[in-house]
Amino acid sequence: MRRYPPTGRVPAPRGVITFIIRRLIATVILLVIVSTITFAIFFLLPRLAGETPYDLAARYVGRNPIPSQIHAMEVRLGLNEPIQVQLGHFLKAIVFGETYSNGTSKVYCAPPCLGYSWRNQQPVWPLLVSDIPVTASLAIGAALLWVVGGVAIGVLSALRRGSIFDRGAMALALAGVSLPIFFTGQVALLLFSFKWQIFNVTYVGITQNPLQWARNLVLPWITLAFLYSALYARLTRAGMLETMNEDYIRTARAKGLPERIVVFKHGLRAALTPILTIFGMDLGLLLGGAVLTENTFSLHGLGWFTIQAIDNSDLPEIMGVVLLASFFIVVANMLVDILYAAIDPRVRLA
Amino acid sequence: MIGRRGAGRPRAGGDGQVAGATQLSGAMLEVRDLRVHFPTDDGLVKAVDGLSFSLDRGKTLGVVGESGSGKSVTSLAIMGLHQHTRAEISGQVWLDGEELVTATPERVRSLRGSKMAMIFQDPLSALHPYFSVGSQISEAFLIHNKVSRKAAKQHAVDMLGRVGIPQPATRFEDYPHQFSGGMRQRAMIAMALCCDPELLIADEPTTALDVTVQAQILDLISDLQREFGSAVIIITHDLGVVADLSDDILVMYSGRVAEYGTAEDIFWRPGHPYSWGLLNSMPRIDEARAERLVPIKGSPPSLINVPPGCPFHPRCDFASLTDGRSATEVPLLREIEPGHMLACHLTSAQRARLRPERVTAAAGGRGEEDGS
Repeated sequence: MRRYPPTGRVPAPRGVITFIIRRLIATVILLVIVSTITFAIFFLLPRLAGETPYDLAARYVGRNPIPSQIHAMEVRLGLNEPIQVQLGHFLKAIVFGETYSNGTSKVYCAPPCLGYSWRNQQPVWPLLVSDIPVTASLAIGAALLWVVGGVAIGVLSALRRGSIFDRGAMALALAGVSLPIFFTGQVALLLFSFKWQIFNVTYVGITQNPLQWARNLVLPWITLAFLYSALYARLTRAGMLETMNEDYIRTARAKGLPERIVVFKHGLRAALTPILTIFGMDLGLLLGGAVLTENTFSLHGLGWFTIQAIDNSDLPEIMGVVLLASFFIVVANMLVDILYAAIDPRVRLA
Repeated sequence: MIGRRGAGRPRAGGDGQVAGATQLSGAMLEVRDLRVHFPTDDGLVKAVDGLSFSLDRGKTLGVVGESGSGKSVTSLAIMGLHQHTRAEISGQVWLDGEELVTATPERVRSLRGSKMAMIFQDPLSALHPYFSVGSQISEAFLIHNKVSRKAAKQHAVDMLGRVGIPQPATRFEDYPHQFSGGMRQRAMIAMALCCDPELLIADEPTTALDVTVQAQILDLISDLQREFGSAVIIITHDLGVVADLSDDILVMYSGRVAEYGTAEDIFWRPGHPYSWGLLNSMPRIDEARAERLVPIKGSPPSLINVPPGCPFHPRCDFASLTDGRSATEVPLLREIEPGHMLACHLTSAQRARLRPERVTAAAGGRGEEDGS
């Protein structure tokens, strides 16, 4: 048999390790940029809008302050210093910690110091940390539900396109994306908590009583997952319909693969990649606080914390929660990028 | 280069053909009165409408026609790759004594990839982007053979080597995007041949490739055919592609057979005005530029509203010579000389007169028709 000379060879992909390291560096840079922008929103924008350091300092002192108290606060917070120096202090505090003085005593704020809440007389970070388990329990539990449920419904709908199941599921999905959580949540509470008293929504630590933890979170999980699985079912259905028309699916069938392998190995894998991107975003966003769900079910997580901080105009707290939320999104995106490279070999070249 | 007469056994198809319950000939593949219709909102699309042909072991059939003539639909129907919810398939497809149209989908699936295999037009989109080339080949082998993963991998590496991919053991791990176009098609061929199929269908295997690679791929297919002894169907819109490779040629128009015979018949004694048109639109290097390419006027008919009579008559220069029969009466496929079938109302005298002046390309027009 004849052999032919090789035609052009594309260079081998760089290792996955290199790819991950590059992603990590990019993530750190992104976090610095996010911190800077957050800082600018809270300290630079008010100045541009005409507020003086004196006005800013006035927010941190008690009611009916005398001007000398405000001036003292201005100096203590460094608000009279040039903006870039303040940014330096702000970033330095995150990395190395900071000591705050409230006039009578000094408080050390350990890194990552996201500021000091003068209203609560506490550093912001421990306050945030104590609320993370609630939000994380809610977000991760719901995410598992909606990914499994939404994708399964989407795949079935795509495979039985036009069937009664497909029509029913898509109608329900439309309802799911249209109904706001504060409505579905209230209905769920009314029926299952007040009327039949099956589920009681109070947060119990997972380490204290895992069973009670899960039982008490069932309603918020289902409410939150209903909204997202509706979205994911539609996305999965559209993705599967498109993928199953690809040439490589025809090739898989031409090889004589059983339909099960064609659908789940060759079809679903390609259809899932765009869903992974959106999943990373959604989960990252929710980890920073499921504001509506937490408030509907009175769960004291980061979403609840955010509303309280805004209600109280507690600037350091707001800044802290914004930074933490953006941290979750940035990290979730990084993980998605890495997973993407593991799934799609073409990405590793980019 | 050109096959012996009677390599295949052309059978009259089309209307009123008696459908037997068993395979009549001993051919590797026999298609009898195949019809593939797609019900759509606009009407019934008759993509293939009464197609019959047969193919012997080790022989090559070239299926030629324009886009939309039903070539690919035919091949997908033989492979059982049409969705039963969307396509209405009738007729018979006999593969080595086994009827496929009425067979269970599971049975046809087990034959796909093992007894019959297919190569597609665009190897980049036909290979899964997420799996390595090697794993896609060994997957095809594993499904039909009870062997270990290691043995399947070794077989895939061997196959890659046999289709001319250098360093096959290294390239096994590569992904389709790391292959060049020609190498991807080689990999597709390796995948198709990995279970030593008795029938290989190549659907426009060179259309998406660089011209410099086209000849290599065609050579490879014919080399491997000799080596594996498979029957091969090459589907193309380009007569030049099948000229050297085919024993028989089937010219399709509007889902039906226009002309069917040995390669010699089609190139030397073409009978159908559509075949003349195809020959004229074949680029040739040895002719003056001015008279080189003569396109067939018009475009293929809608498969929903096929013109009455001969489907080609609106585009045919000689439809007026048949006393109006071309526009009213569907021409039956009949044998004009042994093994040479034609569906045209022109008389043999008319054809003998018209062909020399119409067919300037190829060697057409030089042979004498013996009339029947």
